[in-house]
Amino acid sequence: MIKTTLQRIYVTLIFIFLYAPIVTLIVLSFNASKTRAKWGGFTTKWYTSLFRNEAIMNALANTLLIAFAASIVSTLIGTIACIAIMNLKKRSRAIVMGITNIPMLNAEIVTGISLMLLFISMGLKFGLGTILLAHITFCIPYVILSIMPRMKQLNPYTYEAALDLGASPVYGFYKVVLPEIMPGILSGFLMAFTMSLDDFIITHFTKGAGVDTLSTKIYTEVKKGIKPEMYALSTIIFVTVLVLLILVNKAPTDKQISKKKVK
Amino acid sequence: MKKTPIYVLLLTAFFALALTGCGKGASGENGEVIVYNWGEYIDPDTITMFEEETGIKVVYDEYETNEIMYPKVEAGATAYDVLCPSDYMIQKLIENDLLQEINFDNIPNVKNIGQQYFDQSQEFDPENKYSVPYCFGTVGILYNKTMVDDPVDSWSILWDEKYADNILMQDSVRDAFMVALKLKGYSMNTLDEGELNEAKQILIDQKPLVQAYVIDQVRDKMIGNEAAIGVIYSGEAIFTQRENADLEYVIPKEGTNVWIDSWVIPKNAPNKENAEKFIDFMCREDVALKNFEYITYSTPNDAARALIEDEDIKNSRIAFPDLSQYNNLETFHYLGADGDALYNELWKEVKAE
Amino acid sequence: MNNAQLKKKLLGTPYFLWSLIFILIPLGMVFYYGLTDRSGAFTLNNIISITTAEHAKALWLALLLSLIATVLCLLLAYPLAMILCNMGVNQHSFIVLIFILPMWMNFLLRTMAWQTLLEKTGVINSILNFLHLPALRIINTPYAIVLGMVYNFLPFMVLPIYNALSKIDRSIIHAAKDLGANNIQVFFKITLPLSVPGIISGITMVFIPALTTFVISNLLGGSKVLLIGNVIEEEFTQASNWHLGSGLSIVLMLFIIVNMVLSAIFDKDGEGSFL
Repeated sequence: MIKTTLQRIYVTLIFIFLYAPIVTLIVLSFNASKTRAKWGGFTTKWYTSLFRNEAIMNALANTLLIAFAASIVSTLIGTIACIAIMNLKKRSRAIVMGITNIPMLNAEIVTGISLMLLFISMGLKFGLGTILLAHITFCIPYVILSIMPRMKQLNPYTYEAALDLGASPVYGFYKVVLPEIMPGILSGFLMAFTMSLDDFIITHFTKGAGVDTLSTKIYTEVKKGIKPEMYALSTIIFVTVLVLLILVNKAPTDKQISKKKVK
Repeated sequence: MKKTPIYVLLLTAFFALALTGCGKGASGENGEVIVYNWGEYIDPDTITMFEEETGIKVVYDEYETNEIMYPKVEAGATAYDVLCPSDYMIQKLIENDLLQEINFDNIPNVKNIGQQYFDQSQEFDPENKYSVPYCFGTVGILYNKTMVDDPVDSWSILWDEKYADNILMQDSVRDAFMVALKLKGYSMNTLDEGELNEAKQILIDQKPLVQAYVIDQVRDKMIGNEAAIGVIYSGEAIFTQRENADLEYVIPKEGTNVWIDSWVIPKNAPNKENAEKFIDFMCREDVALKNFEYITYSTPNDAARALIEDEDIKNSRIAFPDLSQYNNLETFHYLGADGDALYNELWKEVKAE
Repeated sequence: MNNAQLKKKLLGTPYFLWSLIFILIPLGMVFYYGLTDRSGAFTLNNIISITTAEHAKALWLALLLSLIATVLCLLLAYPLAMILCNMGVNQHSFIVLIFILPMWMNFLLRTMAWQTLLEKTGVINSILNFLHLPALRIINTPYAIVLGMVYNFLPFMVLPIYNALSKIDRSIIHAAKDLGANNIQVFFKITLPLSVPGIISGITMVFIPALTTFVISNLLGGSKVLLIGNVIEEEFTQASNWHLGSGLSIVLMLFIIVNMVLSAIFDKDGEGSFL
């Protein structure tokens, strides 16, 4: 009993640690004073002024669009890359995996600047497109690293058996391989989305004039003082995702439904 | 699969959010103007007013420091029409041939700007060909009356051990050295290694007493009574006094930095005419007044100043100091690549301590 | 190689091309800048400059702080992962998302929120004051930087370990217990070794970003502690000395190589995955 209670206390403490700043942000979103140093009374005005603030709404749209596009493209490229990598010899595979790790492990500022240099030398016009290219670049490694373990655990004989039974390679892939690696694909997608959402250093160096993501917008405000609308926006995002999480978790699982049916 | 519903729901939710954020304005009928300015340095309403009156779309970008703005302009990856650099940075841009001359015939409202600001601008723009002043100010000491009982009239109070861990310094190489050099009685534009090393040494000596090196965050921290004394820009001082009545701003007797941020047009500006229209609009007295009231940084626009209703602010010595009173004020000069490198090297040594 | 295998290899072309253009070429540019000076001449000065007093100290401090942060993350994350594993098998996605959720809030905002919490006049001290307890004085010190690092990177350590632990076949543990092993033996002989890929993955995801961070030391360290990440950032943005910045970055890449070697040794099969 003591063990379980101790465990529960430990987990609770860590959760408090993780969520304390988030609660702070939520509280600050209701602060009537513009500065975070004083409590100026309770208000919801920042929530209304948030939706009227064109700059922030644009930044939000950019952030989400880029995150989606980058994660979808990088998941696609990453998945087919994994198939190809599986067929490489061991040494080539090691080299490719090594190269894959580079964007993940390099200091973000180096990645950002090197990509900026690349885009300048390619003569690209900086804007939403360059940000997208940069995001895809650093998202692909996460996808590949999520899928590879699953691919390695695949039973190659199942796939061959499908081919023997008359399936075309593509059909075999869809029916045999894809379901097995789907958890990896989904988690890779999720990782890519998360990393793209929060990135600001790389975005800062590869963006064009007038194009802002939430992160770069906040970065320019850090030195001057964060607009309270930002706190309001963060709270909305947080609450939305939290509600979704709870809803989905409350939904019965397949097992429970089938159990009911059996009864 | 249980995971799928979560992701599907999340995806749809985010798509919904994204779509609400969509709705970018179409490009203006009369073209566009690309502006690169300090963060939180303009009243967004004035941009909307400009767009409505002229039909020119404003593409607005922000930066945090001059040093971050310069490489972007130099690299030329994005061609801006209007920039708002500080004094020494304007000099650097001019010397590196990155600016073009402004046609003042297209900026009739320039008459609203007081002549003394153009005179001061000659320190970095010798013939007033490249810049139009937007904001100006001083740098001084902001202190909390209830936490400081000594008279505050000198930079030396920032070295007073009584206020250890209650002192805020600016996290900027030029500003930090300015304080140290002025305290020692030297020019803040000096390139003399002996003088600079002395300044570096007292900055290192001061470090244990410093609570933090911040830029505009000195504002929030002073309002919250987190620190007793801080080095602050005059524009922030007004805002902080409104939020916390215990705060006072003073220009030390050793003198300080008088700075000017001005509009300039880069050489590769694609929309020069629109740029000049934008600058002209910003010099209109009602627009300048609006901006002054939003960002609280002093305006060099005398016509706008005459329109200020609050007598306290109109005659505020913080916002509109009588500069002739002081005899040891300077404006930052660009020190050249080697000078910059020297300052940066010494600043790194201070930070590394 | 037969047709099918050739087709499969061709599938990799988009990625190989991508990595060539967007990973290798930029990397080459960093090396180019790092090995030349302003006039374009070849020089090793940028790399050797790591040995100057300020740079060496910045690197040393960054190594020290990120090492401490990584160890703390490991010590905090491992028990947590074990507890979570035992809690509910069908709660997997919920747990994962609960940990990822804070990462969807902007990193800068979360770090700034810690300022509000940790300041002398901040939330924590107000509460402590109210309870007549001594004040917490860690803001603007290296301790706050470590706290910031641990806070930001803890999920990156928890999730791989959790993943690795949840993959362990329960029947192995039952078998060991049947054969007479006690809990400690089970842990050291079975659980720990099987979770090593997860640990390695976690360490990688925490140590390297912590090593190169500059935002945390600015916001929570009062900009008083100069870390190697600050140096590189300032060289690129303030001093406009890309050559020096690149040179120092090349030095940092040493650690990447060390990490890749370690991964190759301890995680041969690439078992350590994040989710």
